Amino acid sequence: MAVPRFWREIPNRYNLVGARCGNCNKVLFPPRYICPHCRRMGKLEPYRLKRRGKVLTYTVVHAAANGFEDQAPYVLAIVELEDGPRLTAQVTDCNTDEIKIGDEVEIVFRRMGEDGQDGVIYYGFKARRV
Amino acid sequence: MDVGVVGYGVYIPRYRIRVEEIAKVWGDDPESIKRGLLIEEKSVPAPDEDTATIAVEAARNALKQTGIDPHDIEAIYVGSESHPYAVKPTATIVAEAIEATPDLTAADYEFACKAGTVGIQTCMGAVEAGMIKYGMAIGADTAQSAPGDALEYTAAAGGCAFIVGKNGGNTLAAIDDTYSYTTDTPDFWRREMRSYPKHGGRFTGKPAYFKHVLAAANGLLRKLQLTSQDFAHVVFHQPNGKFPLLAAKELGFSKEQVALGLLTPKIGNTYSGSTMISLAAVLDQAKPDERILAVSYGSGAGSDAFSITVRDGIEGKRDAAPKVLDYVGQRVMIDYATYVKFRKLLVR
Repeated sequence: MAVPRFWREIPNRYNLVGARCGNCNKVLFPPRYICPHCRRMGKLEPYRLKRRGKVLTYTVVHAAANGFEDQAPYVLAIVELEDGPRLTAQVTDCNTDEIKIGDEVEIVFRRMGEDGQDGVIYYGFKARRV
Repeated sequence: MDVGVVGYGVYIPRYRIRVEEIAKVWGDDPESIKRGLLIEEKSVPAPDEDTATIAVEAARNALKQTGIDPHDIEAIYVGSESHPYAVKPTATIVAEAIEATPDLTAADYEFACKAGTVGIQTCMGAVEAGMIKYGMAIGADTAQSAPGDALEYTAAAGGCAFIVGKNGGNTLAAIDDTYSYTTDTPDFWRREMRSYPKHGGRFTGKPAYFKHVLAAANGLLRKLQLTSQDFAHVVFHQPNGKFPLLAAKELGFSKEQVALGLLTPKIGNTYSGSTMISLAAVLDQAKPDERILAVSYGSGAGSDAFSITVRDGIEGKRDAAPKVLDYVGQRVMIDYATYVKFRKLLVR
């Protein structure tokens, strides 16, 4: 990932800053410039989502993505946040036999990866069972 | 001084390794290690944790106690000897992750295991001088130790954040005063570009830890004209379980006064987090009007002593975030092979 792209997304990755439409009150994550429900009537404003949600579904990854090989097997879940949006997140601090659908999770701040030994470290969100 | 603790928060990773697991690999006698260092197990960071993520968790927990707007935190200092970057401040990452940016000052501190308490002192000065409304001081580490070194039994991970502000309605404890004692004592060091620290073995005891901890504690007691009997609780930096007990005895404190803050036997030495997490463990249970003596120690060497008086406000606030004993109790044991993989000592 290019450093400027990571830097641009810091509010979203660190603090779950999405958007809320002042017209229909729907919360969007990641943020958008135009409300998909209200179109030109929409009034989008930045909105920090609450860091709580539920596991909607999950999978156990054995063939890990680049940079995640040493964490395999790990759990990847679709989390439905209290505010409505669903996001895909790794479930950290979780053995593969601990997870089930409906588990309450909180969104926590973890290392997501790094650009080799000389590059920047990418931080972002993961889910953790509560 | 007219400053106090507005909020505090801790974080300890959930993984633990027992003394027996490490001793088995190096042919040591686990019973003599456990007896000699008064340690049973230590915390280990997950592969996706580092000093920045630990600091962020502790900082977010501290904020939960306060209800203050993070933008009112006008200084953040992160003390650690395991900052993720050599150049690029951990404090900026924490500031962004708690939404305190951009109108604040921030920096990383390094003074072996006492860099976090130096941050508390900096915040005290800046608050007292009227430079800042609130300051946040964090001590956090994922301590390094060479495989097979005696440090491997104790070098652990954890962090603690304190928010300092003017004494008033929202302070849960007053910081009465502080006193420091510093000399050039090479008892423990890590050279540039080296992965692991070196230490002076038994030299880390009498001329290093005990000299500085006792001098700082006695200096503060003299300054405030108090004795060990005036304090309900005392916490010391805990490189192992034994040193703080010996220091307490030397200063005339009873085992009961040390008990609440003695955590190293269960979580190991969290370095910059150690004194602060122990102080948090006492604040988790202390009663209003009780006085606490806290003395940190950083190799190299120096000690910061603090006298803290608990206020009424603590009872409504301290349940807002997980407590120290919640984290001590949430634990998953790992074996030595998993430990070296987590610590990235096994590379494929």
